[in-house]
This record gives sequence, structure tokens and C-alpha cells, in this order.
Amino acid sequence: MAELTLLEAVNLALARALEDDPDVVLIGQDIGVNGGVFRATGGLLARFGEQRVRDTPLAETVIAASAVGMAVQGMKPVAEIQFAGFMYSCFDQLINHAGRLRTRTRGRLSCPMVLRTPVGGGIHAPEHHSESPEGWLSHIPGIKVVTPASPASAYGLLLAAIRDPDPVVFLEPTRLYRLLKEPVEDDGVALPLGRAFVRREGTDISLIGWGAALVEVGQAAQTLAEQGVSAEVIDVASLRPLDSETILASVKKTGRCLIVHEAPRLYGAGAEIAAQIASEALMSLVAPVGRLAGYDTVMPLARLEDDYLPSAARIVDAALGLMAYR
Amino acid sequence: MKTAAQFSVPYFQFLDARGELAEPPPGLALNALIPVYRTMAFTRAFDARAVALQRTGQLRTFPSSLGEEAATVGLASVMRAEDVLLPTYRETGAFLWRGVTPVEIFLYWAGDERGSCVAGPREDFPISVPIASHCGHATGVAAAFQHRKQARVAVCVLGDGATSKGDFYEAVNLAGIWRLPTVFVVINNGWAISVPAARQTACATFAQKAIAGGIPGVQADGNDVVAVRHVVGQAIERARSGDGPTVVELLSYRLTDHTTADDARRYRSAEEVSAAWAEEPLVRLRKLLAREGLWAKADEEALIADNQARLEAAVAEYLATPPQPLTSIVDYLYAELPAELVAQRAELAAREGGHHG
Ligand SMILES: Cc1ncc(C[n+]2csc(CCOP(=O)(O)OP(=O)(O)O)c2C)c(N)n1
Repeated sequence: MAELTLLEAVNLALARALEDDPDVVLIGQDIGVNGGVFRATGGLLARFGEQRVRDTPLAETVIAASAVGMAVQGMKPVAEIQFAGFMYSCFDQLINHAGRLRTRTRGRLSCPMVLRTPVGGGIHAPEHHSESPEGWLSHIPGIKVVTPASPASAYGLLLAAIRDPDPVVFLEPTRLYRLLKEPVEDDGVALPLGRAFVRREGTDISLIGWGAALVEVGQAAQTLAEQGVSAEVIDVASLRPLDSETILASVKKTGRCLIVHEAPRLYGAGAEIAAQIASEALMSLVAPVGRLAGYDTVMPLARLEDDYLPSAARIVDAALGLMAYR
Repeated sequence: MKTAAQFSVPYFQFLDARGELAEPPPGLALNALIPVYRTMAFTRAFDARAVALQRTGQLRTFPSSLGEEAATVGLASVMRAEDVLLPTYRETGAFLWRGVTPVEIFLYWAGDERGSCVAGPREDFPISVPIASHCGHATGVAAAFQHRKQARVAVCVLGDGATSKGDFYEAVNLAGIWRLPTVFVVINNGWAISVPAARQTACATFAQKAIAGGIPGVQADGNDVVAVRHVVGQAIERARSGDGPTVVELLSYRLTDHTTADDARRYRSAEEVSAAWAEEPLVRLRKLLAREGLWAKADEEALIADNQARLEAAVAEYLATPPQPLTSIVDYLYAELPAELVAQRAELAAREGGHHG
């Protein structure tokens, strides 16, 4: 089994989807000869041709809107937006069309599209290249929001997204693209959407996160273990639908939880998870629900970026703070 | 100085406001205009009935298409059933021609989603309310046709105001680059709510907005159904044969308020409106048909009676349609009900039980 980066796993899943289903088409800026700015579509033009891997002009609105049109016709468009900071003009399409076509036509039309985009900070990119829009996206009825945290889950979840009968926004953590390798089998097997993954079992506190934040969460769990604290790590993976069951089961078991994400805290996805824990697992809690998030500011440029992101040390501190409750 | 590029926008009119037909387009079959006239007349009757229903609290906000019947029915009448219409909210005439039922249209404007689940043209798009946001759907639909090598065309209808949005330009541009089988039909009815066409653009025509996308733009008298059918028909056949997209501008006039929630007297003069009445599309077509011996007074009387009977039957059926179950608000959101909606569905079902039980 090949050891792949997350980026290579994305490429592999795209190739597999193109191979398996003639209705799968990739569209986006620079995705052809250039293979995408991160090379997620590298080699696919040569292999599948111009009709399947289509470079678009520099126009995010019509990329998203065309994906809607193709999807309504029963094709499987996978659109790439170069960076999450440039996807805001797609929100109109996601909110006003993709997310509601099925319901407003009472099932006559549907929109099985995928919108892929790199998200999150930590690669010292220029301004507007490090955004974490998962909270805004997850608030949209009718779409699904998925973010993988490892190469193998990127492969399985992307295949699931492409095969899903509804619109899926697939958020690829930029920082993870080349950070780590993992064996990935090209078996064409999709992972379920709407399912959280227990990345590490523990009994004292649940650390809940998604995407790139799980790197620091994992490091923190290791440090905590060395200090005698057994942390369970939950990879939410799918923010909408949300696997409340797995999250609540973990918190009921451990009695403590810390939710970690890069996006600003105010009205962030962590707030929803915290609210569900407060209403469904209150009696199991021995400490308040903790949240460690990005600051409620714009993402700073490269020099202050690392101070903005939740670090392993800050996660450990916050977790130990919660451990003080008995 | 050399000229780097030069363009022109052709204008078509065959049937003038007096109902005179000057040098008709090749292949014009006057007989074919009879069903077109009938649907135009029904559209106008439907429109009046819908406004009356709104005034008596039996329908919600309704956008009248009074005066635009030649444009909407005309463009639909040159589409094939398997082409896809991507409409906005003022194309009642096109819906009716393509087989959407009056009951479905009433239901939609009454606030019932089943009005968008039409039994008729199943692949047509539902009404797009966010202005111009459907232009890119047309490029996507057309790309799907192209991908599957189907000889089908995506016909996107929009208003003059909609051409001010970037969405329109992005779609025209992409359609040009990919040579997509798309026709963008801009119905220029003179106004976008209270903003006149001259404040929407500094261009002499809306058709010329095609030129920046590298595709042809043509203009026609949108109250002349012969011209509408000619220019839209040519654009559709051009698209179908693989020659790519066209922007068609149809010059018409919105003879009434923007919607039933609007009062157009606040922003335009009575003189302007009465001058526009002299140009309206229905009378000129009737005059032509009558002159050609294809339409008599008795035909008109029979049509009026027939239209009224159809409409009253439709109104009765619409008013008798039972409400949707409350659970339908979650039932169609996703193909499969996600966990977070299971409890909400149960709550809705319980509330519904309470309602009727
Ligand atoms: C994006 C957006 N902005 C504003 C509105 C509110 N609005 C509804 S209709 C309309 C005018 C549209 O004018 P035009 O495109 O010329 O079409 P017409 O109503 O004349 O048929 C406006 C501003 C809207 N529906 N969508």
C-alpha cells in the first residue's frame, strides 16, 4: 500500500472517481496543464482529457453556478476554488440554489455537486489565503460540509462526497497537504459522511476538533498522556450532517471536553457542538464545556499567524484547566 | 489609426404596432402563429386572474407579465420539449407554453413548493428569484449537454436589470469560451423596479453586452412575436448545431407594476405607459391573423370563453388543494434524512398530529 500525502490522496480519489464514472467532471482555475495551484489535479488532464478536466476562466461565481447546472443535469461536477478566501462569491450559489433546489422543487431536481477548496492557516500564505469558513458553510441548510484530517480519510471522504446525491463542500486543510504521509489503498471504498472518527481513545477528557487542528490536538493528547491525563480525540470530519452521537457518547464517557478549531470562536461551529453537549450531556459533565478557537479577528499575516492558531501547548493548558474540576 | 475590432448589433422587426407584416422572415408559416396567439391571450387572462386573486388575499405577491406575452410565449414556442428553460419570475407565458399548469403556477405564488415540482417540463429550472444568479446554471446545463453530445439547448431568460450583475457576464464569457449551447434572452421591459433601462447601463443596447464575451448579440422588437420567434429560433438552432451561444435582447415594456407590492405611478408617467399600450403585442398579432383570414370575431369570443372556463377550473382546483404536510419542510432537504433532522421531523409530525387531531 502506498504511503501518500493528503494531496496525493485527493488526487488519487479524483482519478478513481473520473475512472469509475463518466459523468464526473472537474472544473476550476488552473486545474488542467498546471494541475491546480497545489497540484491536486496533477496529471489528470493528460489522463482524462479536456472534456473531463476543464480549465475555467477566473470567475468563481460561474464556477459554482455551472457546477449547479451540471449537477442538476445529473452530472457529477467537482469544482475547485483555489483558496477558501476566494470562495465567498460562491456562497450565493450554495445558499440560494445548491442547498435548496431539492427542497424547493419537492424532490424534482437535485444538486449532486462537490466544491473543493483548501482551507485554514499555517502555511504563511498571503492575505485571504488562510480562511476557515466551515462555520458559515455549516449553517447552510441542504449542503454537506466535510473536512478530512488525514490522507486516508481524505481519499475515502472525497469519494463519498462525489458519490453523494446532495451538494458537498469539501474543505481540504492546506497545512496538511504535504505534512504527513499515511498508507492509502486505492480500493474505491468511500468513508461514510456524517460520521465522526475516534482518533484516540481516552477516559479523562474529550478533545474535539477537525481538519488541521487535529495535528496539535494529537500532540496535546500525547503530552497529556505523559502527564497522566487520558484524552480521547474526536475527529468531527463532517460538520454537516454532524455526528452528535459519537461526540456525546465520548463526552458522557469522559465528563470533560475541549473543542478546538482555527476559525474565530464567536458563532463558530464549536458553539453548536458546545450547545449540544450542554443540553444533551449536562449530567455527565464535571467541568464546563471548553473551547479553544482562533481569535475573533481576521486571520493575521504570516508573522503572527502561529500565535493565532491553537497550539499544542495552549490545548494542553486548556485541558489541564478543565482537569482541575472534580 | 487602425481599427482593432468592429462590431454591430442587428435589429429585427417584422410585425409593426399596426399589425402590418413587412418582408416576413423566410419560412414563416402564419398558421403556426395561431397557437402562439392563443397562449399569449391565455397568459394575459391568467395574469389578470392572478392579480385579482392577490387583491382578494388568495395569492401572495405576484409579478405580472402584462405586455410581455410575445417575448415569453414567443421564445418558448421555438424551444423543443427537451431543451431546458432557466427562467426568472416574469415568464408565465413561457411556463404555460411548455406545459406548466395554471394550478402549479398559482400554487407557487401562493407560497407552496409543489408549484415548483411541475409535472410538465421536468428538467426545466424553477423560478430564480436572486437576480441573474441562474445565468451560470445555464452554462452548467449546456456543458452537460455538450459533454453527453446531446443536441439540446439551455435557454436562460433574464431582465434588463439582471445584465448589470457580474453573474451574467461571467456566464456569457464562459459560454463563449466553451462554445456552449446556450441562449441568453434578455427581456428589456424598460424598467428594473423603479430604475429605467438608461440607468442600468450606458450601452446603447443590452445585446451588445455579448460582444465582451466574444459571442453574437442581436436585438428584436419583443412585442413582435414573429421577430421573437425568428431571432430566438435562430439562436437556438445555432446553439444546437454546435456554433455556440448568443445574447438576444427583446425590446418590450412592463405595462403594469413591478409586482402586486409595487406602485409604478411613483416613478413613471401615465403618458409613457399609455404610449407603450399602443405598442403592445397581443392586438398587433390579432390584427395580422384577422387580416390573413386566420382569426375571426367568433374565434376570439370562443377563446375568451374557453380561457375563462379553464381559469375558473384551475382556480377552483388550486383553492381546493390541501396543504402540504408540515414534515415536507425537512423531507426533501437531503436525499436521506440526516440525524440532526430526525428529531425535528418528529416534532413537526407531532405538531401536525395536534393540528388535525
Ligand atoms: C440579487 C437581487 N437583488 C435584488 C433583488 C430584488 N429585485 C427583484 S426584481 C428586481 C428588478 C429586476 O429587474 P429586471 O432584471 O429588469 O427584471 P424585470 O423585473 O424588469 O422583469 C429587483 C431589484 C433580487 N431579487 N435579487
